[in-house]
Order: sequence, then C-alpha cells, then structure tokens
Amino acid sequence: MTINNILRKKVVTPLLLVFLFATAPVIADELKDISTLAEQGKQQEALKKIDAYLDANPKDAQGLFTKGIILAESGQREEAINTYNMLTQMYPNLPEPYNNLAVLYADAGKYELAKKSLETAIKTHPSYATAHENLGDIYARMASEAYDKALKLDNKNIRAESKLSLIKDLFSNDGKTSVAANNATPARPIRKAEIAAPKALPKEIPPLNKPANVVAVNTINDETKVNAAVDTWAAAWQSQDVDGYLNSYSASFTPSKGNLNNWKKLRRSRVSGPSKINLELSNLKVEIIDENNAKASFKQYYKADGGPIHTFKTLVFKKVDGNWLITKEIASN
Amino acid sequence: MLAILRHYKSLKMNINFTRVNPKSRRLAQSLFVICCALLPWSATAVDQGKLPLDLFTNQTSKDLVERLLVKSLMQIAEGNTKQAMLTVNELIRTTPNFKLAHLIRGDLLSAQARGLGAAAIEPTLIGSSADEIKGLREEARTRIDHYFSADNDRLVPDLSIKMDNQQQHLIVIDIIKSRLFLYKKSDKGLQHVSDYYVSIGKNGADKNTEGDKRTPVGLYFASKKLTTPLSEFYGDGAYPFNYPNELDIHNKKTGSGIWLHGTPKDTYSRPPRASDGCVVLSNPDLRKLQPVLRAGGVPVIISDSIKWVDSNHVLKPHANIEPLNQALFNWRKDWTSQDTNQYLSNYSKDFFYSGGALSEWSAHKRRVQANKPKISVEISNISMFSYPKNKNGKITTQGDIVVVNFDQQYESPTLKNKMRKRQYWKNENNQWKIIYEGAA
Repeated sequence: MTINNILRKKVVTPLLLVFLFATAPVIADELKDISTLAEQGKQQEALKKIDAYLDANPKDAQGLFTKGIILAESGQREEAINTYNMLTQMYPNLPEPYNNLAVLYADAGKYELAKKSLETAIKTHPSYATAHENLGDIYARMASEAYDKALKLDNKNIRAESKLSLIKDLFSNDGKTSVAANNATPARPIRKAEIAAPKALPKEIPPLNKPANVVAVNTINDETKVNAAVDTWAAAWQSQDVDGYLNSYSASFTPSKGNLNNWKKLRRSRVSGPSKINLELSNLKVEIIDENNAKASFKQYYKADGGPIHTFKTLVFKKVDGNWLITKEIASN
Repeated sequence: MLAILRHYKSLKMNINFTRVNPKSRRLAQSLFVICCALLPWSATAVDQGKLPLDLFTNQTSKDLVERLLVKSLMQIAEGNTKQAMLTVNELIRTTPNFKLAHLIRGDLLSAQARGLGAAAIEPTLIGSSADEIKGLREEARTRIDHYFSADNDRLVPDLSIKMDNQQQHLIVIDIIKSRLFLYKKSDKGLQHVSDYYVSIGKNGADKNTEGDKRTPVGLYFASKKLTTPLSEFYGDGAYPFNYPNELDIHNKKTGSGIWLHGTPKDTYSRPPRASDGCVVLSNPDLRKLQPVLRAGGVPVIISDSIKWVDSNHVLKPHANIEPLNQALFNWRKDWTSQDTNQYLSNYSKDFFYSGGALSEWSAHKRRVQANKPKISVEISNISMFSYPKNKNGKITTQGDIVVVNFDQQYESPTLKNKMRKRQYWKNENNQWKIIYEGAA
C-alpha cells in the first residue's frame, strides 16, 4: 500500500466527525480544511492553522489528533509523539492516540514502547481491531528482528510486511466499538479502513502471505544477499582473514590460472602476507541472472605493502545451499 | 534423546499433573517452525502433564546460558509461551550475542503475531539460509542432549592417565558430544571440574589431510596463547595444538594450525560442526580456561569414541599404569646393563624415530653399545596418557597406545645429557613395546 493511495482514498472519503464537546459544524469544517491542506502537501500552512485552531480550542481532542497526523506526515516524528503523549494524558480512555503513538514508536524501531502503547489501547477497548492488527504486526516485526539477529541477516530493507496504520480519523464511521473519552463524550465509531502510514515509515514491501509477492521478495533478497556476499568477501580480504576469504569461493571455483589448490596456496600467502591491506570497492552493480546465478561488478582499489592497484572486477556467483559463492573472478585494468 | 525420556519419567511421579489446555498446546506446536526438531519429546511431555520446571532450581552448577536455554525450550513445550518469553529475554540480557536465543525469541514473537492474524514470519521467507537454521538447531540439540545426560560430573573417561609434577589438569574433547571436559588431578584420580560446549570441524572427526575440515583424534599438548595479533575471528585468543604429532606424521597425516580458540564478537557460539578443524569455545568459556592453559603444555585428548566410566568404580590408578611402569623400569635396566639384544627387545618391530625404523635404530644402538661403556640412566617426573582410539582408523586394531614423557638423565664416560623424552608405548599381545622414541 502506498501512501499516495491512502491519501487519495482519504480525500474521497468524507470525514465523519463526532465531537467531544458540543461544538458547531464550522469547527468540523475548519479541521477538515486543515487536513485537506496537509494532504495537498501544504504542511507548513496546515500546521500554522492547526496551531491557531488549538490556541482557540486547547483541549480539543480531534484538533490535537489532527496535529499529530500532520506532524507525523511531515516527518516530525518526535513532535508527533509528544502530541499523542499529551493526548493520551488528557484523554487516557481514547484508544486511537495510543494506536498512533505505537505506529510512531514502531517507526522509530522502539517496538517495546509500541507494544505497550497498543496493549494500553486494547486494555480499555478489547475489541479494538486496528490495535490488535497493529500489535500482530509489531510482533511480526520483532520476530523478524530477532530472526535477523539469529541468522546474521543484514536485510534492513527487507522487513516483515508492515501494515501498521496510523489512524487518520479519531472518529470514524463504521467501527464496532464505542467509547467514552470523558463523561461528556458521545459514542464514537472507529473506522479501520481509514488508515494511513505516515511518510516517515520504512519502505514497504509486499505482504509475505501473498504467494505472488514472495517471488519479488526473493529477488530483492537475492540482490541483498549477493551484495552481502561481496561485502563479506571484501571484509575478509581486508582483515586478512584467509579462511573467511576462501570461504567466499565455491568448491567449483575455477582460477584464471592453474588449479584450485595452487591458487588457494597462493591466495593464502597473498592475503595473509602483507602487513596491512586497504581495499575499497565502488560502483558495485549486482545482476541477478536467475535464482541460482548472479554477477557482481565493481571498481576495486587495492593497496597493500606496494603501490595502489585499480582493477575492474567481476565476481560470478552461484547459489549453493542458499549461499552465494564465487565461481569465477574476472579482473581487468 | 532417550536420556531425556528416562529422566522425565523418573521425575514424573513426584509432580502434580496439570492438563495443559489444548489451546496452549496448539500454540506450542505452531511454534515448532524452528523448535520442532529440537523437542521430539515435547509431544509426550505435554500430553502427560506439566514438565518439572523445578528441575532448574537445583541445577545451579550448570552453565547459566544452557540452563536458561533449556528452560525456555521446556516452557515452550509446555505451552507456557509467556514464561518462555521472559526466560529468553533474560537469556538475551545475559548473552546478547547468543543467536540461538534470538531464534527462539523470533519463534515466540512470530507465533504471537500469527495469533493476532499477522502474516507468518519465517526466517526462510525473509531470506536466511536453511543451513544457518540447521546449524542453530544442531547446536540446540547438542546442548539439550548434554544438559539432560545425567552424571556428567561423575563420569570419567576410561583412559590411562598419570600426570607429571607440573601438570594439574587434563582436557578431554568428546567430538561426538561437542563438549570439552576439564579434569583436575586428585588423590582419587581424575576429578571433573567443568565442561563446555565446543564446535569442531565441519566434517567431523579424524583429520587426515590438509583442508579436509576435520578435527584430529589423538593426544596433543596445548601450547601457550598465541601472542601474534590475530583476526577478530578467533575471539579471545588461540592456543595451538601440536598437530600433527609424532604418530600423525608417521601415519602421513597432513595439515596444520589446529587450535583451540574463541569466537568472533558477533556470535556467542558457533554450530557444533563449523570450523575447519579447530576446536572453538565461546569467549567467556575460553576465559575460564585461561588459568589452566596459561603455562602451556596442557594435555588434550581429542576423541570420537571415548568410553565413559563411573568415577566411583574406576580402578585407581588405571590397570595399564603399573604394567607400563614396570616396562619402563625394564627398559631403563636393559639400557644400563648394555645388553643390546635385551634392550632392543623393548622395541616394537613397527618402531619409528626421526632417523628411520627399527633397523636403523638397532644398527645405531649396536654401534654405540659395542664397547659396553658404563652408563647410568635416571628417569623422573613421568607422565602417561592413553592415546585415544579412533573409531574408523587403524589405531583400534593395533591395541592400546600410551604416550609416556619423562626427564632422562644420561651419563656415560663420554657424554652427560639431560633431556625430556617422549615415547609411544603400544600393547602388543599383552606386552608393552616402544613404537616411537624422541625428544619431547
């Protein structure tokens, strides 16, 4: 889901505003106009107007809520968090601010705080579906993070699918729960469909549970993995970790000259020999040929005990048992 | 795993049966994406009732990391995922780079996510290799197996051991168990001090040729910590073994650089079969061994077929020690008497030394002993270590081998010499014969 889609959906969906305080429809229109401004990309203007609005109605939940969304969408995460924290203190029984707070925390990688926030929302509103769903996603993200730690993955771009949603409307029109924010508050529905991810959220990837998208994930993934394999290879070489360096090569690696054993011996001495190795790769391009074959080309700057050597290099990779290993190394000056 | 079942059944009678509710059992089973292979006993355990968690309270002698690991897995088996999460969090707090703990935590979180309707998060879907998961599973299984194998501290290896005056410790590495056992010399024989999980060669035991990624089977001595700067990969340090030793060289084994070393910063431990032949310990465990290893020369027996015996029933000293003492005494007596034939009868027909085989040795001895000069030979500070048997190799069929080291003071009219000597003695049809002799 892209942000634009949601925003578009948002524009065409009329807001149904229910008020904490018996206020005139004028105010509803005012907030709606401010939201529209923000959606048109005029965040600064929208912020100015919402601040003016809040000066006049400092305790207005919908106003504060709207401000939080504008802040979040203009990338001012900390300020947005502060706004929602304030809102939860003022109206501890409103679940939506907790939800949005959780989304913002999750966005900052603070999953424990996010989890706590959602649990608070669920405690007061056990059937609050969005919070449950978001909590599921928080767990999924935490799981993904834990697996990353377990399995040494460096796939910061490939996170668990995030459908964490920042609730756009404090008051929505087709929900199942009805809540009292304070004694004076009328019943107020929650709308699950009306959700949006703020721009600051990490890049989204297709949901994992749709088979059609898994292929796409794997392709991105292979590219990341080949990238990582090049990094590992270069890091082992530079740190003169001969075994690590040789582990980057497949058992079926064909040296440009001589046989594999002699090549290994030579590399062993060349890699461990120098007092220091300085290695820099640039212009790295990874080409995934198919699910088991890939190529990585780059410019290599190498400096050991002698003068610097510039090389254009191509490493040909083959996937063996899930690992990308080098089968051929082509160098040209 | 049989050990676990036995253990469990024996405790079963003392515990209150609590039916685990079907919902939590389902949750436990859904967690088994990673853990299923680890817990073959879980189904039975969960069906029969609550697992005895108080099992853990009186296990303080066990390594904390392994204690928490096993505890969390048992809590999962019980369906008690909340407690399991707390345990795993504690484990991660004490050992942040323990990958296995993160894997279990991932499982628990993933199950919770699925319980809330989120898409399944499986490591294979987010691109990690099946090999890494397999490695972690094997590590878990190895650690669990060890944890539940009772009497680890009472069992001793059935080996002929006599330490010299300086030696206080013996290290035994059981390749099958992926475990390093530390023993201390005592009046009552070998005394278990501690044991640690280790990783060994990718292809297992019985190193034969360079690059075969196997860990050698044999008796080695660990030298002092390497002082040359090493790659971060070796962690807190490396202690080289003297592979290939005299017998290895004689058996034409190749390769070198078999070390005992630590782990890189990013991981607490490595899978049971992970190295290129080295023995790898976690850094905290390596640090615990440092006082023992510091002086150098610590005997290390590496084996894939250790026979374990109850230390209460083992003969002290081992049955081989006295006959060997006698054989050593006879060898010294025959040498001093300068009766060359009698002296050479102590040597095996398979004898080898730096100068060749028995024929060269005999010719040399006959030459220097021709005039029967008056000599004296004193031997002292003797150590003896069984050479471990090898499951598939030749040594088993050849009978017991014991490596004997001693200080030798030799005096003749023309030569005065003091040296540390090493001999390999072999039991050939109930007679101990020397198969190798040289400087230690």
